[in-house]
Amino acid sequence: MPKVKPHRTSPSLDMTPMVDLAFLLVTFFMLTTKFAPEEAVVVDTPTSTSEIRLPESHVITIAVDDQKRVFFGVDDDAIKSDLLTQVGAKYGVSFTPSQIQAFKGVASSFGTPIEKLPALLSLDSEQRKLVKQEGIPADSTNNQFIEWVQTAQALSRKSAYGKAPYVAIKGDGKTDVPTVRKVIKLMQEKNINRFNLITDLETKPVAGK
Amino acid sequence: MSTKIDMTPMVDLAFLLLTFFMLTTTFSKPTVMEVAMPVKPKADDPEPPAIKESNALTLLLGEDNKLYYYDGLLSASQKPELKLSNYGADGIRKVLLQRNTNPDLVVLIKPDDKSAYKNMVDILDEMNITGTKKYALVDIAKPDQELIKSSGL
Repeated sequence: MPKVKPHRTSPSLDMTPMVDLAFLLVTFFMLTTKFAPEEAVVVDTPTSTSEIRLPESHVITIAVDDQKRVFFGVDDDAIKSDLLTQVGAKYGVSFTPSQIQAFKGVASSFGTPIEKLPALLSLDSEQRKLVKQEGIPADSTNNQFIEWVQTAQALSRKSAYGKAPYVAIKGDGKTDVPTVRKVIKLMQEKNINRFNLITDLETKPVAGK
Repeated sequence: MSTKIDMTPMVDLAFLLLTFFMLTTTFSKPTVMEVAMPVKPKADDPEPPAIKESNALTLLLGEDNKLYYYDGLLSASQKPELKLSNYGADGIRKVLLQRNTNPDLVVLIKPDDKSAYKNMVDILDEMNITGTKKYALVDIAKPDQELIKSSGL
């Protein structure tokens, strides 16, 4: 009797549909990903049930960390270089073109007094991360903070956007109220009365109403 | 001869990229609470009308996540009765819902210097949850601080 020889086939499957799907997902994620801007400070925001989302663009972010340091940031690329030169001019600090270029990366969040800003901007991005920033001075004798906010607002009104940007306050849950109140008061004095407090989403209790 | 290509490395790469993008993407954008502060009064503005005592509820945010409240306003003549509450669902929310039947209710929120920012956000959130329309963030006054101290709560 002849031996029954099993017909050997290699166990290969057609992977084409899987590859199709994988690349479809890759494309999707590549197109939707927006890399988070570099934050100079880690802020742990409290939670709230508010479901209003932060606007996509034209936002001034004021971060207050748990050591009561005040950080300032703008996301509008168009006004960043003008903002730096105008605020610098007020305090008699001038910047080189390469420093202005570097500011575009830093401006999303920084907390350095203007006198020390040229030194910070001269560093390369790796060294900059190691610098411990001391926060923007925001008191009655040396109020650089409000200069930044007002200049950013004025520039935003003049730019293509044509409106004052949203003011978002990003406070750390552990910071104390007086620091946040001080920041709000300073802006109220300049007739900025609408704020957005950045929070994390928390589910709304059902028994609330 | 078969024209099949070994696609395994390509699949490897595709999934590697997929994992990378999946892990770096953040879909949850932060939410915001909108707060409008009163406009700075001009020199020739008339005085704002005073809040009626019967419509007021004062909340004091103390240190260590403590929350005190009393009905009415702070007055020199008589000491309001201070009560202790908390930020939980059984705490201030019940008080607010009770008082909410009064449409003219005004809630005064006075955060103490030692209270955490989280407390302020929590209490503003509580206004949102209970649907309290009229509320104001007010600076804490010295008598309020003394009231907390002397109450022993």
